[in-house]
Amino acid sequence: MSARRIFAQPARYAAIAPYLWMVLFFLVPFGFVLKISLSQTAIAQPPYVPVFDFAEGWTAIKEAFAQLSFDNFKLLTSDSLYISSYLRSIVVAVTSTLILLLIGYPIAYGMARLPQRWQPIAMMLVIVPFWTSFLIRIYAWINILQHDGLLNQVLLALHLVSAPVVWLSTDTAMYIGIVYSYLPFMILPLYATLSKMDASLLEAAADLGASPRQAFWLVTFPLSLPGVGAGALLCFIPIVGEFVIPDLLAGSGSMMIGQTLWLEFFTNKDWPVAAAAAVALLVLLVPPLLLYDRLQRRTLAGGG
Amino acid sequence: MAPRIGQMSRFNITALALGMAFLYLPIVILVIYSFNDSRLVTVWGGWSLRWYHEFFNDRAMLDAAWMSLRVAALSATIATLLGTLAAVGLVRGERFRGRALFSGMLYAPLVMPEVISGLSLLLLFVALNAERGFWTVTIAHTTLTMCFVTVVVQSRLASIDRSLEEAAMDLGCDPVQAFLRVTLPLIVPSIVAGWMLAFTLSLDDVVIASFTTGPGSATLPIRIYSEVRLGVKPGINAISTMVIALISVVIVIASLASKLSGSQGKSAAPL
Amino acid sequence: MTGESPNIDTPKIDKAAASARPAAPADAAADMPLLRIEGVTKNFGSFRAVDRLSLDIKAGEFFALLGPSGCGKTTLLRMLAGFETPDEGRILLGGRDIAPVLPHERPVNMMFQNYALFPHLSVRDNIAFGLKRAGMARAAIDTRVGEMVALVRLEGMERRKPDQLSGGQRQRVALARSLARRPKVLLLDEPLAALDKKLRESTQQELMELQRSLGMTFIVVTHDQEEAMTMATRIGVMNAGRLEQVATPRDLYEAPRSRWVAEFVGDVNLFDGEVVSHDHHRLTIATRDAGNIVVAEQRQMVTGTAVSVAIRPEKVKLWHHGPASDAGHSHAVNRLAGVVADVSYLGGSTVYRIKLDSGTVVRSSMTNTTRLDIHTYGVSQRVLAWFTPDDGVVLER
Repeated sequence: MSARRIFAQPARYAAIAPYLWMVLFFLVPFGFVLKISLSQTAIAQPPYVPVFDFAEGWTAIKEAFAQLSFDNFKLLTSDSLYISSYLRSIVVAVTSTLILLLIGYPIAYGMARLPQRWQPIAMMLVIVPFWTSFLIRIYAWINILQHDGLLNQVLLALHLVSAPVVWLSTDTAMYIGIVYSYLPFMILPLYATLSKMDASLLEAAADLGASPRQAFWLVTFPLSLPGVGAGALLCFIPIVGEFVIPDLLAGSGSMMIGQTLWLEFFTNKDWPVAAAAAVALLVLLVPPLLLYDRLQRRTLAGGG
Repeated sequence: MAPRIGQMSRFNITALALGMAFLYLPIVILVIYSFNDSRLVTVWGGWSLRWYHEFFNDRAMLDAAWMSLRVAALSATIATLLGTLAAVGLVRGERFRGRALFSGMLYAPLVMPEVISGLSLLLLFVALNAERGFWTVTIAHTTLTMCFVTVVVQSRLASIDRSLEEAAMDLGCDPVQAFLRVTLPLIVPSIVAGWMLAFTLSLDDVVIASFTTGPGSATLPIRIYSEVRLGVKPGINAISTMVIALISVVIVIASLASKLSGSQGKSAAPL
Repeated sequence: MTGESPNIDTPKIDKAAASARPAAPADAAADMPLLRIEGVTKNFGSFRAVDRLSLDIKAGEFFALLGPSGCGKTTLLRMLAGFETPDEGRILLGGRDIAPVLPHERPVNMMFQNYALFPHLSVRDNIAFGLKRAGMARAAIDTRVGEMVALVRLEGMERRKPDQLSGGQRQRVALARSLARRPKVLLLDEPLAALDKKLRESTQQELMELQRSLGMTFIVVTHDQEEAMTMATRIGVMNAGRLEQVATPRDLYEAPRSRWVAEFVGDVNLFDGEVVSHDHHRLTIATRDAGNIVVAEQRQMVTGTAVSVAIRPEKVKLWHHGPASDAGHSHAVNRLAGVVADVSYLGGSTVYRIKLDSGTVVRSSMTNTTRLDIHTYGVSQRVLAWFTPDDGVVLER
């Protein structure tokens, strides 16, 4: 269509600057990660060989390629530290997603059944914590969960426990932190599908003899599955690569892959292994990302 | 369509109330304790502003806060500029060579774990032999947040009726004028929202900043993070409260801006 | 419902339009139409929206492009505005090929179907928008905007934003905005589609008066035949990217050139058959469902040609009586015997559906000229439907 074509040309010029920026600061650095994951550790600055030195021209780069190796990936698959952190990332992400679903669904459902004029306010209330600092929200829980924190004080006052419970540096604390941080990501897509649902469907179900409970399980829930899928993936994907929450709230016993990467990089100064861990983490994320993409496309195509 | 309040079961109401309490109680508690006079974090020692005084006398914290504000403001501004241009290219550019790569590069950082984004940018800065500090963090934050700006502006731009631009051309505008005089005023709210989002994301980031900053130029979240790792300090409550207050102000401005312009965007029935 | 009113209105319009157009002959004298479309084709992928279409439009005409949705009329209009470029053919405006002229440089303005009012600008700024682009002086802009606001009777609304206006008011702003630059041709894309019925009728009259007083050329795209017939001096009926017929509203209705046009414009009874004989400009056609029908026809037609006879329902009259009582008309009239199948009372007229002995249904529409009508026919009453040879139209199949 030509009216569109008249616009397309200047619009493409507009894309040049952001395009170059993303190539320079996203694509190229990503190439570095790939490349360094195939390099070898050295005690130097920067601590890996070969180093691409663009000043030395093409031959130097070719030489550098000759030195690439898969040793870092072999290390990743042979050392139990890496395998266990890889597995832990998956377990933590799956568990957290399930908990989020169990907590988020009733909230989203409640929101969708609010009177129409209250719904935007409820949505705003769910979004606002997402805007306030993530780090501060985790810190708020440290306040509550510490040895003489509010939670233990309340439990002691109610005589539910006789001595303060250790909350911090446990998986429980980590799960609380993750659920707290990611709850908006679960609620919003669920609310989006639930609020779009035609109320007359439930009336039809009732008319055809379904009790409210049956109507929920036979009509509402099946129709909300796209939202369930979107919410679950929106939580699962970032939780896999999470670093700050497990670092601050979980014990030091076992690590998630983000923590391992951090440790290798900052503490052990083993950049090649850190880069290899990054590549491994990305590989882990590819299937859920593809799934999410497909789900989005189908929702767009079906939902109109 | 509209569910009546009578249709809300006790279960619905309980779930909502508990959910909201879960979301807000920790923040409320944190804010209250920031005014606690006691050195022991959990013992109430009466109302006081001592931790705020302490913050304003803590040179290192103030430097970090100043650094964070500068990084956030500058990176949000560049990101808004680039992100808006990217959105225009994606929505109005139709098909062009390298479009798939472009949109891929813009979506990937949204889902990429921060540890990877941070690591990869650091490796670039090391290879370029760039001195790490204010500028490297700003570039890193710009790269991440411009993708969010793109998404926000893109969705608004896609919803704008193409016939408005055609009408502008029909009335004598060339395509660039049509964009500047008609489309741009209509997407300003989303651009403002994009800036706000970029600003708060930058102000919030620990991981990418940790990778890309250099010695001696820590951002506020990096400082808070290292303090928190060493245990709870009442001073952090005060800083956190101030950050929350700042972000709340930003959100209120953003929602007011979108409300003001929202009334223009709709072609709703008159009174 | 479509039949009577255009028949009555059209001559009036024609007269009025002709008398109000003394300025037009300056262009017409040059023997070149204002707008000439020559063999224009437009494809969208494999879909051919406009197919080798040619059309001349003279200065001062109120021309309507009428057709069902998807017939290509909007695409044609958008090519005139410059939003689409023809794949083949030329578009000449005042003798100049405007294919390479970008939309913003064309002396043509468009009123959009959804009005496309700029939501961030006031009524005044919307109307002034095109004038500012044209580099008009501020004082001149103020004067012109004032004129336009008065023309569409929106005084006092200048400062309002589009979302503070009613549908009808928005339509007026869109009209004023597109007229403000005094285009050579004003294109109107379904200008009244968003208005309710009452408002639509009054706006039709206003558009016609406006066009006459300004002496401007209007091209309107519509799918509403009543709208096209009320307003336009000439109508081009489009189907599947082609012009089926270009004619005045009266000719379109009374002398459709094809079966498709006869069926699209108004209601019609059609009988398929073949030519049996031809004498004194009268064709006798043997139809399958209604026996022999005699129709007045100037064209010579070979015996055996497959044709359809089209008769508008209001041309079909009914009789209570049997054939014996109308001996005087017997050779002048086509008579079809049948039974009233049902009666629809529509207020201004009544439609009878007559089931002929062959099983075919014929519709007859009678104007209710008196309040107490004694000439009503009841269901299952046996009647005779008749029409004169002049009222039938022969269409080649």
